Amino acid sequence: MALRVVRSANDPRKFGFETRMVHAGHIPDAETGARAVPIYQTTSFVFDDAEQAAQLFELKQYGNIYSRISNPTTAVLEERLASLECATGALATASGMAAQLVTFLTLLVPGDEIVASSQLYGGSITQLVHTLKKFSIGVRFVDPTKQDEWEAAITPQTKALYGETIGNPRGAVLDIARVAALAASKGIPLIVDNTMATPALCRPIEHGATLVVHSATKFIGGHGTALGGVLLDSGKFDFSRYPSIAAPSPAYHDLRFFDTFGHYGFLMKARAETLRDTGACLSPFNAFLLIQGLETLSLRMERQSASALRVARHLEAHREVAWVAYAGLPSHPDHALAKKYLPGGAGAVFSFGIKAASGPEGRARGRKFIEGLQLFSHLANIGDVRSLVIHPASTTHQQLSDEELSRGGVSPELIRLSIGLENVEDLLWDLDQALLAL
Amino acid sequence: MGPGPGVACAVTLNSALTPEQQRRFQDPLVIQRLLRGARTVAVVGLSTDPQRASWFVASYLQNAGYRVIPVNPKAAEILGEKCYPDLASIPEPVDLVDVFRPASECLAVARQAVAARAKALWLQLRLVKIEAAELAAEAGLDVVVDRCVKMEHGRYHGGLHFAGMNTEIITARRSRRG
Ligand SMILES: Cc1ncc(COP(=O)(O)O)c(C=O)c1O
Repeated sequence: MALRVVRSANDPRKFGFETRMVHAGHIPDAETGARAVPIYQTTSFVFDDAEQAAQLFELKQYGNIYSRISNPTTAVLEERLASLECATGALATASGMAAQLVTFLTLLVPGDEIVASSQLYGGSITQLVHTLKKFSIGVRFVDPTKQDEWEAAITPQTKALYGETIGNPRGAVLDIARVAALAASKGIPLIVDNTMATPALCRPIEHGATLVVHSATKFIGGHGTALGGVLLDSGKFDFSRYPSIAAPSPAYHDLRFFDTFGHYGFLMKARAETLRDTGACLSPFNAFLLIQGLETLSLRMERQSASALRVARHLEAHREVAWVAYAGLPSHPDHALAKKYLPGGAGAVFSFGIKAASGPEGRARGRKFIEGLQLFSHLANIGDVRSLVIHPASTTHQQLSDEELSRGGVSPELIRLSIGLENVEDLLWDLDQALLAL
Repeated sequence: MGPGPGVACAVTLNSALTPEQQRRFQDPLVIQRLLRGARTVAVVGLSTDPQRASWFVASYLQNAGYRVIPVNPKAAEILGEKCYPDLASIPEPVDLVDVFRPASECLAVARQAVAARAKALWLQLRLVKIEAAELAAEAGLDVVVDRCVKMEHGRYHGGLHFAGMNTEIITARRSRRG
């Protein structure tokens, strides 16, 4: 942490997390002095002259051309998140799924493989298995808690490792430093989805991750108003022997991105090629909404994590509850990892199971419980300031058999909660009354 | 547009230097003073290939209003400017010597920069040769090591920020015009 000793008026200062949360990436502009971040709701930007236009397109000058590639409002969100994640830079996208896809399409070529944790958000698993297959990119899944599985799954075709700081749906905590060391020993990047923890609770780059992706839709926005995503680069990976970033690019006049741009070669390629060609850009208005959320991120994460711990403890002691999977509880297998990587709180999302005799009974009781809740919103999202609940077996996963469910770590009685900012006693009251009505 | 003079934020990312070396050879105030004061920049090792980093940097500097003097024994003219085989051959004063040569040549370039009475020596990003930096610093030159002139100019003039990069600048003061 920053020291408060001032040696001279010009002593360079390293500002703290909360300061960067409200200031990084935005300098009041010379023309208006506007204090809040202005919304640059424009598709395009005028050139000074034809010469400058040509140089912008050749990346020989910095500047905005078209909001599919960059936009001044979006740039504030990008730099602010880069500052908070201790990254060299960032690229904002239309959603979390888009951030992942842009990352994969920038790094990988047909024939490459990814080794990924099996405990991921369901949409990420589908993207890895089915969408990447269309690009002839393969994936192997491993139990993220087993280092030997990660190691055994790596082949000469493996070009990246992928995991979530806090996994879905059972809250497995990734041992980032260990998996990062393995990735480094193989000369490949480790990509971490830090959606559940956010930089307020964990900064994967500080533990050795190469790239970080987020669904900003969740806690970063925090208010359930805008979809968005971001990918961040530590700037520490040596891409000189990683052909997709180092070799002359046929999509950009044979430019060698790593040679020319160094620690931001990957991000320049992601922006100038992948974002340009996929069109997966974030709208400036959504960037503005996400910035508003970001400015209170640490306060919300502290409070929502503390409330989640209260709720998890309460449920664990409840006679209608069979189990609670929250890494903040000593009963969780990854509690020690949570203490190491998430000392400020284990996040606000966790799952639990209602006591039930059989699979079908679990599904029925889960549905009844959700229908009895008064304050928890029943919807398919996490990270809102309002508390949320979902019963995967009767919603997102309802077409799966009990056996298929359990293979994905989702049992029929599993209920997922995302704890918001309500009075925690009110949340306990709501859960109690719905459990009582079963 | 940039944050104006006097920004004293710690700028520490993306460097192979130790914290002590960073304090000596990547001082944000020295870098801002150099970028503000320099007019003539000799680019040692400027390539004739428009897709090389040195070309990106030199063409950027020209656009930003600096006079670029190419130093490359194998070329006659680059970017519309007469090319010189070495620093000693340049017939006019040089403010900043920006180096794109391998580390093994940096000591010789540093000696030439001192002899040519240049005001500053700048070894580009990922180019670390501390002896060369020490030699130039002892002769009274301002010295920067393991940073890119284009990125530093972009850091303090807003361009790097538009590319989504972490400039590490934090300030509540209104930016300057121009
Ligand atoms: C951990 C995680 N990663 C990625 C995503 C995808 O993000 P988005 O919905 O913003 O595309 C989600 C949620 O949907 C998520 O929970």
